[in-house]
Amino acid sequence: MALTYTSREQIEVYRFSVPVAIIVPLLAIFFQAFVPLRLPFFSVFDLPLLVVIFFAMARRSPVAGLLTGACIGLLQDSLTHHPLGLYGIAKTVVGYGASSMGVKLDVESVGTRLLVTTGFYVVHQVIYFTIARALVGLDLQWSWPHELISAVANAFLGILLFWGMDRLKQRA
Amino acid sequence: MGRYRNVSILAAAIFLQIVGLAYQVKRHTADNAGSTRLIRAWTVSAVTPLEKIVVRAQTGTTDIWHNYFYLRGVRQQNRVLQQQIQDLQLEQVRLRQDAEQARRLQTLLGFKEQFIDKPTAAQVIGLSGSEQSRLVYLDKGSSDGIGQDMAVISSEGIVGKAIQVFRHTSQVLLINDQTSGVGTILERTRLQGVLKGTPSGELVLDKIMTQEDVKPGDRVLTSGGDQIFPKGLPVGTVESVTRGSEFLQVKVRPSVALNHLEEVLVITKKAEREPAIASSAPVRAADILAQRLPSVPDQPPASKTVPASGAQNSATPGGTAKPTVPSSPVASNIPAAAPVVRATNSAASTEKPTGSTVNQSTVHAASATDQSAATATRSPSNSPGLQPKLLNSVSGSGVPQVQKASVGVTATKPAAQNPKPVTPAVASATKAATNTSAAPAQNDKSEGHPQ
Repeated sequence: MALTYTSREQIEVYRFSVPVAIIVPLLAIFFQAFVPLRLPFFSVFDLPLLVVIFFAMARRSPVAGLLTGACIGLLQDSLTHHPLGLYGIAKTVVGYGASSMGVKLDVESVGTRLLVTTGFYVVHQVIYFTIARALVGLDLQWSWPHELISAVANAFLGILLFWGMDRLKQRA
Repeated sequence: MGRYRNVSILAAAIFLQIVGLAYQVKRHTADNAGSTRLIRAWTVSAVTPLEKIVVRAQTGTTDIWHNYFYLRGVRQQNRVLQQQIQDLQLEQVRLRQDAEQARRLQTLLGFKEQFIDKPTAAQVIGLSGSEQSRLVYLDKGSSDGIGQDMAVISSEGIVGKAIQVFRHTSQVLLINDQTSGVGTILERTRLQGVLKGTPSGELVLDKIMTQEDVKPGDRVLTSGGDQIFPKGLPVGTVESVTRGSEFLQVKVRPSVALNHLEEVLVITKKAEREPAIASSAPVRAADILAQRLPSVPDQPPASKTVPASGAQNSATPGGTAKPTVPSSPVASNIPAAAPVVRATNSAASTEKPTGSTVNQSTVHAASATDQSAATATRSPSNSPGLQPKLLNSVSGSGVPQVQKASVGVTATKPAAQNPKPVTPAVASATKAATNTSAAPAQNDKSEGHPQ
């Protein structure tokens, strides 16, 4: 559970093949749109967000992280009926933050991943709700219990997902 | 400058998206119809084919399992459903009478109503993937005739409306989305209101004054006022009513399980016209009852019973000349068991119970009233066995029929002239009719002279 500060020499930067970089986000969006149809409780998860966090932390490049976040966010936006950019902005910030965090922390440990994912989920939701209310005028209801439970649930799913996706990483 | 490179890029990315967002919001306000963004089309084109494949594979597997392997209890279910069909067929006859009367009144008032002309079945293949955007994707699009703002319903009630239509896919906004609004009416009190979704996905009736009479359990139907959903479709039931300072908080439970949608109907064509009154005479419950009873071979045309039966038919209180019992599909396959009581209940308003004999007085009275109908019944082709006679025996009591005849023409013959024995089946049906019928004589008069 300890957050380990990592020196620059210890940091390993990973890259992903082009097919993985394209297919994994698309699959995440597909599952996000399809699975709740059969399992309604699945809508508490945000698979695209977990993918953004994973890619950003593995690449450890803020620019790559924010661009990944922006692209996945905009794709997710395009499946909703809200204006494009709500998820885009939120995931851009998360991508940037996660990659910046990846430079400073040992993001390979389970504890770090649990905390980082929980924290970024809350950050993501705060940004999303702020933009939706302030810029778009949507009347969304914020519920701390719901958001915290969702954050923890996403963090646990993230651990499993990251463990599987670790196999797709290639050392840069 | 290199030190702030990453932050600058972040700021630029966010700024661009905010500008784009502001542009869309402004454009959306100015032009409500909006337009499909290319990125939306791309994403939908990328994601929905996969969804279609998975849904169809899943449906196919489930269908094979349920249709060819897992057939346990199907016979019992079939028997229950057959019984339900029979009960509903008889119920339908009664309702048809009411509907005809309602249509006549609507025609008198110049009332126009909307009909569902052409529904298109579609399968739900995906969701938006966001708790804040309650919409579903269908596997049918503009190539299947689906257009924007078309109503989407299911067998239980309304589901939503199509908001974005792509070539082979369409996006349906569910009624529980907070940007959705449906014109509704309460079935009991006829109170109209707008049904809206809440951020948490519940349904509420908006702006209902506190003095209005709304109770939990009240059924909510579409009012047709939104020009999207035809009038009278089920929406849900009132779940709870909370009194506020000015308005009621009316929570509605949707009649459709919006979280478990699988197949829906898109109303691709609506028609607005004045309700047409059916030109053919309505099928009466007594006719169905007559069809259910066992028949005996045809009588020769010269026999007295033939004109008698036809004449009796023409003199039925409905006032409609019905020389033969219509061979409606409604009446087919109906066993001679429990529905007898219902049939006679339905018939009670038009037919009187009879004794054990066929009443000839009504025969002559009716012959005088409608000679053509009586003539038609003389033709063997128009006389399906003894069914009209059976109907006679069910309805042709002496005194009430004389009253009935006296409304139209003079009845000259005594009630029990030419008594005829009846078959046991007739007798049992007659008994059932006698036991269950309770219509007053005035009913006969009023029904005998339709407007």
